[in-house]
Amino acid sequence: MNPTVRLPGLAPLFLALTLLVLGVLIVFPLGVVFQQAFAKGFAAYLEPLTQPDALAAIRLTLTVAAISVPLNAVFGVAAAWSIARFEFKGKSLLVTFIDLPFSMSPVVSGLVWVLLFGAQGWFGEWLLDHDIKIIFATSGLVLATTLVTLPFVARELIPLMQDQGADEEAAALTLGAGGWTTFWRVTLPNIKWALLYGVLLCNARAMGEFGAVSVVSGSVRGLTTTLPLHVEVLYNDYEFVGAFAAASVLAGLGLVTLVLKTILEWRHSGELSASRRH
Amino acid sequence: MNFQRADDTDTANALEIKGISKAFGRFPALKNVSLQAKDKEFLALLGPSGSGKTTLLRVLAGLEQPDAGEVRFAGEDFLALRVRSRKVGMVFQHYALFRHMTVAQNIAFGLTVRKRSEKPSKSEIADRVADLLQLVQLEGLDKRFPSQLSGGQRQRVALARALAIEPKMLLLDEPFGALDAQVRRELRRWLRELHDRAGVTTVFVTHDQEEALDLADRVAILKDGELIQLGTPNEVYEHPATPFVFDFLGQACRMAGVVENGRLRIADWESDAPAGAPEGPVEVFFRPDEVAFAPVDGAGLAAEVRGVAQRGPDVRIDCVIEGETMELQAHGPSLPPGVTTGLSVRIKPLRPQVYAAG
Repeated sequence: MNPTVRLPGLAPLFLALTLLVLGVLIVFPLGVVFQQAFAKGFAAYLEPLTQPDALAAIRLTLTVAAISVPLNAVFGVAAAWSIARFEFKGKSLLVTFIDLPFSMSPVVSGLVWVLLFGAQGWFGEWLLDHDIKIIFATSGLVLATTLVTLPFVARELIPLMQDQGADEEAAALTLGAGGWTTFWRVTLPNIKWALLYGVLLCNARAMGEFGAVSVVSGSVRGLTTTLPLHVEVLYNDYEFVGAFAAASVLAGLGLVTLVLKTILEWRHSGELSASRRH
Repeated sequence: MNFQRADDTDTANALEIKGISKAFGRFPALKNVSLQAKDKEFLALLGPSGSGKTTLLRVLAGLEQPDAGEVRFAGEDFLALRVRSRKVGMVFQHYALFRHMTVAQNIAFGLTVRKRSEKPSKSEIADRVADLLQLVQLEGLDKRFPSQLSGGQRQRVALARALAIEPKMLLLDEPFGALDAQVRRELRRWLRELHDRAGVTTVFVTHDQEEALDLADRVAILKDGELIQLGTPNEVYEHPATPFVFDFLGQACRMAGVVENGRLRIADWESDAPAGAPEGPVEVFFRPDEVAFAPVDGAGLAAEVRGVAQRGPDVRIDCVIEGETMELQAHGPSLPPGVTTGLSVRIKPLRPQVYAAG
């Protein structure tokens, strides 16, 4: 689509610089992760991954993602729909707030929950009285992860839905469809690929999140360590092969996400928001 | 509110709009608009952009709630009905076809979303879709997606989809707006035939006066949210209620004049004032092709011909009248011999419209 232009003068230099930076900062370290993980052979690679603590970390990571990603998908659709379809006071403020987790350090996203639900926090005493554990427990991890990944789905959908306009939904209504029918048969099919795209990015971040969860986790081995925290725990204990093995799982997850994302961009570019089109 | 029920027999499916007002924030889109459409009538809402015509159409569809006023269809309070219960077939300006559905699925949509008890069987739906495809002359395109159709084809799918629910009323928002001129003219005739065959009251929005005058039984002209005039194409064209309507419905030449004792005086030319002309200073409007040319010693407005240009069957004559440049028109044979560049002539507007100045 974009016309190909012969690179003028300095351009080859910039291109070389870009490739160099990519190589040094991304390809080389990624290679090292896998090289280290497999340094002592495949058996030695698998061994730390089958340890109970590692399995627990993987299970916990999947659980947290399985809760926070659907929550964000629902929130994202609801937020995008209200923002793209309705005019109301404070709309631009709402859009800004949805973006906030992106511009805020993840540590803060974790810390707010400690301030609210920690033992010294606002609701700490009440929670203690009722024997509810949020901080240093799965629910805290879910809260922190959900907050950090909040913008992913909404940000994919808002521009697309604004672009598509409300006419198709209005047409469905005039043809006799109710609100739910319109949502399931018109709204959702029109945004399904963008939604999947947002969910994919959201999931990658949910599984890889470190900063926010490390604040609320307490890093109790086998109980509240997600995979990224597990990597850190192992690394601090000088269990390098184990650390790199766990890290390779995370890196592999990133690569799978990248492939799926590329397929989506390639196959369904027309149904993603304009910024994702190729 | 007390509402007089109109005579039942010929207003069975009549549309009655009374005192509709609607504002978006501080911007008033509709100001106390009242009008009626008779059963099976083809009514055009004509106006420039921002005149409120589309808003009025959306009020009829139920997509906007007016701030005040009443809408009745066949005596029923339309505003109390939700969009889905109104059974109006709406064709949107950009058609709003469901992009992920085939042509057949688009047309069938209104039937498939019905309550189970009212839903036709699969084969009935298929038959109905086939009938409609034939009606809109799109046989064989049922498996296409909207993105694979031309603009004219999309428009016809949108029409078929709207007709599938057997609407009580058809609402068309700039039905030809997104088409090129050639397709536009063809579809216009076709749409009118379709309306006559379907026999439903149709309201359509357009900013194109030619389209409105050509297609509609009656034309409602709106400006800045107000209804300016309602009448048959002939009525509004021959007797525009205001200078705005005169100007909007076609090309216009305007001059200042005075009416005194039933005589209209423009510059040094005097004639009988048209019936009902207001006394005092007036604005005189006439169509650039409704003029008679006379020799310089005859009666009429003194004019100097600055240029004559033949454009196909039409001739454009640039004149200076009373120090102002005007573009007059003549159609082929009616061009008086002797009207050439540099000549002084007299010009007599044949059917001037006179409006009080100010």
